[in-house]
Amino acid sequence: MTTNHKRSAILIPIISVLLGIIAGAIIMLVSGYNPITGYSALFRGAFGDAYAIGETIRRTTPYILSGLAVAFAFRASLFNIGAEGQVIVGWLTAVWIGISVDAPMIIHLPLAILGAAIAGAIWGFIPGLLKAKLGVHEVIVTIMMNYIALFSTNEIIRNVLTDHKTTTESIKDSASMSSEWLSSMTYYSRLHYGILLALFVAVIIWFIIERTTLGFEIKAVGFNPHASRYAGMNVSKNIILAMVISGALGGLAGAMEGLGTYGNISVMSGFSNIGFDGIAVALLGANTPLGVILAALLFGSLKEGANEMPTGAGVPTELVDIIIALIIFFVASSYIIRWALLRYQGRKAK
Amino acid sequence: MIDVLQSIIPTALFFSAPLIFTALGGVFSERSGVVNIGLEGLMVMGAFVAVVFNLTFADVFGSWTPWVSIVIAMIVGAIFSIIHAVASVSFRADQVVSGVAINFLALGIGIYLTKQWYGKGQTDMVAQPFFTVNKVPILSDIPVIGPMFFKGIYTTSYVAILFAIVAWYILYKTPFGLRLRSVGEHPMAADTNGINVYKMRYIAVIISGALGGLGGGVFALTIASNFSQTTIVGQGFISLAAVIFGKWHPLGAMGAALFFGLAQSLSVVSSSIPLLSNVPDVILLIAPYVLTILALAGFIGRAEAPKANGVPYIKGSR
Repeated sequence: MTTNHKRSAILIPIISVLLGIIAGAIIMLVSGYNPITGYSALFRGAFGDAYAIGETIRRTTPYILSGLAVAFAFRASLFNIGAEGQVIVGWLTAVWIGISVDAPMIIHLPLAILGAAIAGAIWGFIPGLLKAKLGVHEVIVTIMMNYIALFSTNEIIRNVLTDHKTTTESIKDSASMSSEWLSSMTYYSRLHYGILLALFVAVIIWFIIERTTLGFEIKAVGFNPHASRYAGMNVSKNIILAMVISGALGGLAGAMEGLGTYGNISVMSGFSNIGFDGIAVALLGANTPLGVILAALLFGSLKEGANEMPTGAGVPTELVDIIIALIIFFVASSYIIRWALLRYQGRKAK
Repeated sequence: MIDVLQSIIPTALFFSAPLIFTALGGVFSERSGVVNIGLEGLMVMGAFVAVVFNLTFADVFGSWTPWVSIVIAMIVGAIFSIIHAVASVSFRADQVVSGVAINFLALGIGIYLTKQWYGKGQTDMVAQPFFTVNKVPILSDIPVIGPMFFKGIYTTSYVAILFAIVAWYILYKTPFGLRLRSVGEHPMAADTNGINVYKMRYIAVIISGALGGLGGGVFALTIASNFSQTTIVGQGFISLAAVIFGKWHPLGAMGAALFFGLAQSLSVVSSSIPLLSNVPDVILLIAPYVLTILALAGFIGRAEAPKANGVPYIKGSR
């Protein structure tokens, strides 16, 4: 049973991705494109040359962190749809510190990263507190927090950081994560040191979940809050902590964009989608750090490769959004895939 | 003061109508026990369909085009929501996840087809949007109230309010409504009494799809006038907030939607109102969301969700 369970835990994401890619091919066929041309353009866009690879890794970086944010909360059975808002406040805070503080790099950069994490943590703390103390469902609160983050951030960019402009000035070099070395290695893509930080954080999160009392308690609370309380754990504290850590990870994802890729922040007409895509990443990655890294790489490649599809095959980039949505559906409907797998195995056993 | 009200109320009704339709959809779905985060996506689908239909068939239907467009938007919204119903009722998927996927999928399909059919990221402006009713005969002659409520209002706003009353009647005064609510409160008891839980939930989700599509269609043909990536940004989630703020009651949801519509209209007309011109827009923009959080936290009367909301029903389990 255990091996069966483990096998389906690995099989379901793979089957879901395959189904999603097949569905994408069918959509291309139906709308009169050649799926092979389409997908080879996608592949070229993601891995065609050193520059493309650099940009793909660049795009993967925030996905790892936002995916970890959602996955960590999932471990405590909390659904952090608010990763998006946490990304935005993290991005804003990182840029804000990057612009306004004067300090040597060794202080400035960690300060900006830490600031982003704290901003995200605060954005996660509020829904965590409401959930723990008043039993308010975190999904609704985090959705509302997303919009509060979006509109307040736009207001701050327009009226505090700039004088009615839509983009802030660039951060100082002492707060920048951009890397001459990584960039030149990839034909001057926007690849930055953030990827190293993201991988490092993934290891830390793995350690917390698998090797510490905190991780054990958070998982226990996620499985069964009543039993955990009976065993003497502080359920409220663990719920709040899970949301705070999750929020901090979301904030870090924002710092990747603010300090690495763009070095500034612009007024947004809609969401950045880094946080929402984090949900897909976490689901596909089965909420484990390694799974999240792989899923982030997959979605990073899909999104980056999509940019090549209009020129290379005439296919609109949004095809990739449809594929990702379908993959989420298939993962979410894993009950039916598991059922089909069992049927198939049962027939083979006979 | 009366002048101020006369400028605010028509704008508030104008902004609320799509929210009311969509929020009513949310009420149906959540009352049956299916969480519908996908309202945003259903609105996107409705807006897309209404705009495309309007652009394509404006010559055929003439001045009836906007009405036919929103009916088509309703139908497509209903069909589209079947995906959510299948995933969350039959496949026992996490309803929130499925809703998130609906939102992604709707926007993806909408923009994909827009690019394929129009060769660019947004459609042209529709030829036949809704127009305001200049004045309703007789009623608009009532002093004070007449100009506020019966002059320069879109017919769709009246339809929205009418729908809310009909929804209330259906949910609270008919056997069908009682069954639908019982399925959301205690599906096992409902099942024992011979109510088909799955069927009721399917119907409820499809109704929410129709109303969400209608809301999106009305938004597109009154407020936005075209379809692009940024046509629907958050209106679906405001509607969801209205469902909760209105305590899962059709008339409550309508009241909340009217209130949120008022907040939005204030951010548009505030510059002309002396009292409000000093209030930054951002406060009015985030007000619906902050208020929803406060309502949930119990500061504005506790909001209690239907008991079985979000829980897939598995026959035979306790």
